[in-house]
Amino acid sequence: MQSLLFEGSAWVDEIQIFPRISFTMQAGSWTCMLGPSGVGKTTILRLIAGLESEIVLDGRIELKEGGRLTGQISLMSQTDNLLPWLNATENVVLGNRLRGEKPNYDKANALIEKVGLTDHRKKKPYALSGGQRQRVALARTLMEERPIVLLDEPFSALDARVRAEMQELAAQHLQGKTILLVTHDPAEAARLGESILVLSMNGVKDVCPPEGAIIRAYDEHTVLACQGQLLRLLRAEA
Amino acid sequence: MKLLTRLILVTVALFLFWHFLVIFADLPKFILPSPFLVMQTFVSNFSLILKHAVVTGSEIILGLLAGTVLGSFTAICLAISPVARTIVRPMMVLSQALPVFALAPLLTLWLGYGLWPKILMALLIIYFPVTSAFFDGLMNTPKGMLDLSRVMNGTPWRIMLNLRIPAAVPGLASGLRLAAVYAPIGAIIGEWVGASEGLGYLMLLANGRAKIDLMFAALIVLVVMTLILHWSIDRLGNSLTARMRP
Repeated sequence: MQSLLFEGSAWVDEIQIFPRISFTMQAGSWTCMLGPSGVGKTTILRLIAGLESEIVLDGRIELKEGGRLTGQISLMSQTDNLLPWLNATENVVLGNRLRGEKPNYDKANALIEKVGLTDHRKKKPYALSGGQRQRVALARTLMEERPIVLLDEPFSALDARVRAEMQELAAQHLQGKTILLVTHDPAEAARLGESILVLSMNGVKDVCPPEGAIIRAYDEHTVLACQGQLLRLLRAEA
Repeated sequence: MKLLTRLILVTVALFLFWHFLVIFADLPKFILPSPFLVMQTFVSNFSLILKHAVVTGSEIILGLLAGTVLGSFTAICLAISPVARTIVRPMMVLSQALPVFALAPLLTLWLGYGLWPKILMALLIIYFPVTSAFFDGLMNTPKGMLDLSRVMNGTPWRIMLNLRIPAAVPGLASGLRLAAVYAPIGAIIGEWVGASEGLGYLMLLANGRAKIDLMFAALIVLVVMTLILHWSIDRLGNSLTARMRP
């Protein structure tokens, strides 16, 4: 298990994207990052994933236990990014193909069963619903077996019922991984966050998460209270 | 079927208009022969026209194949290598400024009167549209998918094969649709400049002997060939693009 330290400020040429911030993603737990649009949440996630080419980090991103970040990370975003010409199973083994490995179909089918899509595994993405597509994306993420998982608002395009289901499914199957969930939904952060960060123009604020292990019930009063506190904080920071 | 009915209706209307134009304007047959005379000529010269059509048809298809292979190869090289982009792209634009038609006499001079200069003409004329359409497709792979494949540590070639090329198929298909219409132009120009067979040669020959009816018969065969080619490539493109629907 790996903890990840992020420290620094981000720049494009001479323009500062966000001021110096610092936070740690604790090993094997969910870190939720909330904040208004345009504050740099996705930039942070892309910097960790090593995908930013224009925005430069003045600082460091490192594993507390040492070692390199490459090959440790998997990514899941709001758009499922399933390849439209491949069926569900083939999408799940995409990583194998891109690295030139032999596709491990047994493992892929086991994961597809885990996310409850066995009957749909031969279907192309257009034949699947939004929720089913995100399930395939989750199976694809699990297939990678990376210790660190970056989630960029993966559930925000789903309707409330499917979103709740997906949160539960993700919490169940991503257990033990070091997770950063970027979201704009205080309810999601209150349900899933084992550590909750609110990012604003002034920096990052650590908010005490509700008691209890995740995934928490959405109607528990501590969860609702935390949700309210987060929303108040978001409005105050705006 | 509906398309076919419409096509037949339009063709019949055009032929009738043509027929009455000839009658009412009292045009001599060495200026504009009536469609019925053209049909008669077509039937009586069928084997002659067929022989020349086969030649032109092979020039077009070979030029189309060679141009597609070469154009796709160029597009992939350009998409892979930024160095190739800086060197080759200005050259490609320059080559477009050069009228391909002007090259036809040179090609005949260098390659003789056979099939090759015509295939090369067809190739040259479709090379740019194919390359450019496919290249644009290769450079517009959805960003999220590219990000994902990088995080998965895919190698550049495997990302090209498994993601960028399949995602660029609709681009290639639109390039090929253009190519299907351009390739016959290349072949005919090649034949006009110097040939001993082919529909272009036959048309030139018929024109020289004031056999305008034969010229029209050859022209109509050429149009039908081009339409069939365009239609088949369009079908192929549609079925390939259908696989890409999100």
